[in-house]
Amino acid sequence: MTARTDKIDKLAQHTARSDAGVSLAAAAWRRLRRNPVFLLGAAIVVAFVVLALLAPLLAPHDPAEPMLGDQVVRARNEIPPSQPGHPLGGDQVGRDLLSRLLVGAQQTLLVGVLATLIGLAGGLVLGTLAGALSGWVDTVVMRVVDVMLSIPGLLLAVSIGSLFAQPNQYTVILAVAIVQIPVFARLLRGSMLAQRHSDHVLAARALGVRERAIVFRHMLPNSLGPVIVQATLVLAIAIIEAAGLSFLGLGNPDDRLPEWGQMLGQAQNVIDSHPELAFWPAGCIVVVALGFTLVGESLREALDPKSRR
Amino acid sequence: MALLEVRDLKVEFRRRGEEPVRAVDGVSFDVQPGQTVGLVGESGCGKSVTALTIMGLLPKRGPHVSGSARFDATELLSLSDRQMRDRRGRDLGMVFQDPLSSLNPVVPIGLQVTEVLERHRGMSRRQATVEAADLLDKVGIPDPRRRLDEYPHQLSGGMRQRALIAIALACRPRLLIADEPTTALDVTIQAQILALLANLVRDTETALIMITHDLGVVAGLCDEVNVLYAGRVVERAKRHDLFAIPRHPYTHGLLSSIPRLDAPRGDRLSPITGSVADNIPWTTGCAFAPRCPNALDVCVEVTPEMTDDVGVPDNRSLRCHNPVERAKRDGEALV
Repeated sequence: MTARTDKIDKLAQHTARSDAGVSLAAAAWRRLRRNPVFLLGAAIVVAFVVLALLAPLLAPHDPAEPMLGDQVVRARNEIPPSQPGHPLGGDQVGRDLLSRLLVGAQQTLLVGVLATLIGLAGGLVLGTLAGALSGWVDTVVMRVVDVMLSIPGLLLAVSIGSLFAQPNQYTVILAVAIVQIPVFARLLRGSMLAQRHSDHVLAARALGVRERAIVFRHMLPNSLGPVIVQATLVLAIAIIEAAGLSFLGLGNPDDRLPEWGQMLGQAQNVIDSHPELAFWPAGCIVVVALGFTLVGESLREALDPKSRR
Repeated sequence: MALLEVRDLKVEFRRRGEEPVRAVDGVSFDVQPGQTVGLVGESGCGKSVTALTIMGLLPKRGPHVSGSARFDATELLSLSDRQMRDRRGRDLGMVFQDPLSSLNPVVPIGLQVTEVLERHRGMSRRQATVEAADLLDKVGIPDPRRRLDEYPHQLSGGMRQRALIAIALACRPRLLIADEPTTALDVTIQAQILALLANLVRDTETALIMITHDLGVVAGLCDEVNVLYAGRVVERAKRHDLFAIPRHPYTHGLLSSIPRLDAPRGDRLSPITGSVADNIPWTTGCAFAPRCPNALDVCVEVTPEMTDDVGVPDNRSLRCHNPVERAKRDGEALV
């Protein structure tokens, strides 16, 4: 008799512990772990990040040092083919292509992450202002955002990028980041407005909770879901747009520090005879952007309230 | 003196280019300390707007409020936003209809209880957590310490409503407004929640305004009942009197549209015909007249006033030209 009640207690405690404190994020993670799309995307992203971070150690050669072929070959614009020690061969000036791709990954990661973070930060500030204060602040912020959104993203980034007299990698980051600010701002404002009229915000008001606490504790955390999803998607967009700017020559002019877009731009001249020089950086951009997009889309699905059990 | 005195409260929603909508049209009632008062009526009769007006929770733009709502001799309607905010949660509590959407989904239950304790009772987080567990225990949530760390979606509907009641009562308000607190729950839970509310308001001597369309809830809980129709109180009576002798044809209609266990077999329910939308303005007569089986010519010509009902012994008020007479109901089974 007592043995049975003990056992029941134990079982009760066990089940109780197993689902105590499971937040929405944890529930979403549980669904994500079983989603093959997410796993593929995550694998690409993890591989990319690891390779990028370890690039200086992994790169077999100095990406800035021409070491393949002699002067004569280089003068005739011959591209060194694949050979022992240089699996992908060299580029137009005889630098090891694999090393340049690896180090380029680091640049790409830096640009993507920094541009997204700056865009996110700017969007959070503007979106929170507009969503929390409403009234004329909202109107002013949102009209500016509307104007910025009316210009195609890449065009706007190019315009901002060309404003700088001396482009370098940070001007690229800034140009790409500024383009993303209105996207985040509008998204956050929208979900803040939805929260403003939600029952739990009304309930918090009915408890006399101060306006500041309502905004930061009740409205903002509930509005962040779509913004976080957007951030992973923007990572992919930022990488593509940064590559685009570099391709157009608005990136870092110093080609000793490789960047995928810039490599693609330089391969343009020899694309008839040596398409592989364009293929490798372009392929990397596509795969990495795909990885982030898959993660972002599956995150969006997992956080969608309609898909909750 | 009454704890809350609502006098001639009117709330009008005005929109440019459209007829103003009068949601509350001169509602008056009193709530004594510790008393439970029901506001009963169909959807759209102004129950919730009355509650939100008392709480100062109507949107700033749009509604136009007049009349008076005095709480403990303070005019609530003229208080500043800040003064009103300090009173909400401390003096005036409110429990809403849908317990899931009334809780913040990304914040653990515990924090939602401690938030109001820190805000109004100046407790530290540590004190507030101890108090919060105590409160959850008081509203009958088992294993309250563990529940503090759980999120709203992990609680059952009944437990969520218990948690909301705990939050609303955390600062021991003198007046609690419950806006259809059991509508989203299934019947067994409804009974539990009502019993809980009844016990809590009795133990803490909190006055309760119970807003509901469910006369069963009224029957079990309220000391006094105000029946609302189209933004006005049409009948006010003590609970037992109202059920024993409904005087207003609307109240009578509500009662006879409820299935009863003791009704003879084969009896059909008699619904009130038409809908709340089929009304005439109070200024030209009785709003209920188009749906009223007792309507006379005078009903569409003269606005009925709220008067002491002399047709029955107890102290009650009625707004009707031709109330339901005792004789008419003799054949029916009554409480």
